[in-house]
Amino acid sequence: MRPKHIKKIIYHVFVSGLAVLLLYPVFWLIASSFKETGQIFATAGNLIPKPFTFENYAQGWQGMGNYGFDTYIMNTFVYVLLVLLGHLISCSLIAFGFARLKFTGRGIWFAIMIMTLMLPSEVLMIPQYIIFAQLDWLNSLKPLVVPAYFGHPFFIFLLVQFIRTIPRELDEAAIIDGCNTFGIFTKIILPLLVPALATTSIFTFYWTWSNLLGPVLYLNSPGNYTVSMALNMFLSNETVSNWGAMFAMSVVSLIPVFIIFFIFQRYVVEGISTSGLKG
Amino acid sequence: MQTHMKQNLWGYLFISPFIIGFLAFTIVPMIASLYFSFTSYNLFNPPEWIGFANYIEMFTSDPRYIQSLKVTFIYVLAGVPLQLVSALFVAMLLNTASRAVGLYRTVYYLPSLIGGSVAVAIMWRNIFGDEGIINLALQGLGLDPVRWFGNPTAALWMLIFLAIWQFGSSMLIFLAGLKSIPQSYYEAASVDGGSYFQKFFHITLPMLSPVILFNTVMQTIGTFMTFVPAYVISKGTGGPLDGTLLYSLYLFKQGFEFFHMGYASAMAWVILVVIAVITSLIFYSSKFWVHYESEGGR
Repeated sequence: MRPKHIKKIIYHVFVSGLAVLLLYPVFWLIASSFKETGQIFATAGNLIPKPFTFENYAQGWQGMGNYGFDTYIMNTFVYVLLVLLGHLISCSLIAFGFARLKFTGRGIWFAIMIMTLMLPSEVLMIPQYIIFAQLDWLNSLKPLVVPAYFGHPFFIFLLVQFIRTIPRELDEAAIIDGCNTFGIFTKIILPLLVPALATTSIFTFYWTWSNLLGPVLYLNSPGNYTVSMALNMFLSNETVSNWGAMFAMSVVSLIPVFIIFFIFQRYVVEGISTSGLKG
Repeated sequence: MQTHMKQNLWGYLFISPFIIGFLAFTIVPMIASLYFSFTSYNLFNPPEWIGFANYIEMFTSDPRYIQSLKVTFIYVLAGVPLQLVSALFVAMLLNTASRAVGLYRTVYYLPSLIGGSVAVAIMWRNIFGDEGIINLALQGLGLDPVRWFGNPTAALWMLIFLAIWQFGSSMLIFLAGLKSIPQSYYEAASVDGGSYFQKFFHITLPMLSPVILFNTVMQTIGTFMTFVPAYVISKGTGGPLDGTLLYSLYLFKQGFEFFHMGYASAMAWVILVVIAVITSLIFYSSKFWVHYESEGGR
């Protein structure tokens, strides 16, 4: 063999070996979810479940108390869809305003928007809670969902960047055809914005699906719990007997994330590479 | 004049959701929290003005607060650089013309994608358990197993490893930056007999410095406020012995376990100022190490 080939083989062995090492905990989690609970730590070094069992999934799916895991999944989907709708509507409108319209104070508002991008939301946790408590919004989805209808700086920034690449000649042609500003937005920009809106949707899904802090603060009755809260509840009630069920439901909670990632990989990777979105 | 008015009207109409949301969910809460930070307030009785007492208590008579600051600084100072170095290392590894790179990129990114979830926190807690696979691997290497939950330092490092494990999104940003460095620079250096390390320090690092700045700032801000792993892995306690009591976890406990809303508001303001100062320092230092292509005077 020529030295060039040997170099190539070493490269691939190293890179794929490192990748397997990195993902090994995830393989271990999946394998353990198919083991009998008593076997999980007794055979921790072995990835092949012996015997292979679905019992953990059946048990975990029944959930805890009066609610099955399907309730938590439905709750989370409703939460995600309401936030998603909010982000799509508000962020596209706001981004169009910043990217295409000339108005007094645009620069200042855009700078403010960028500054809020760097403001950690945990800092606002206490006062927002107090305000939502005054509004009598506690123990409902409102505090989690309503703010989504007023834009999100990351996605506004992403969409602004995207709209700036759309040629202005298209707007001008539309004006000649008698379109007003709103018509330019709906007929010209919005159809071309679909790829960036896809990126927005995917990241909104990820962040909302796995959000824990917001639901912990605002959803108090077990019937409203999200998947993340249910898993956390599993862990805090952890007894020797239900590791298997907890691992199985952890795997279930990751399935939608993996499915969406593998279908829309291109948007995810490009979204991060071009805008620096944190995944 | 007429059209100018109309333009302003349209502009503000489109961005009005942002302005309303910014006032309602950012500005009003910030002003409110500044006020609460000077009060004693438990959510049930009206707030009582106590001046700077919360701020004074934090630094003079609350050892748990000092502990949470200490733990958070160690977490950030170890986690951010190690994560960025791993990200850059893998990005350089993947910056080749091989056809498998697309697949590798996906695989290395995955931990970043799922890292913030409760499922991964549960997984992490269990692989670091006394009989977990990390200890099995240590024993396999002939080392002593570590009681990760028995020792505050070990428990904190467990969280730092979790932060490092999620290097994927920084890696993708580095990779995009590496791809934008013109190949001709490296060719010119090769002609002049530049070694691999010379190319790295004189071409790659300077050309990548704006991306390094961006990643450093964003990761530092995000890492300072890490909540989920500490909360889930320690089952809400921040233990053992407050070893994983990250700042936002202690803030959460002060606010929603002890209902010290005033004290928690003061904590939020202190960390906001700390993050602002550190971010400004990073930006200020960037004058000395970030290289912008356009400044070359083209």
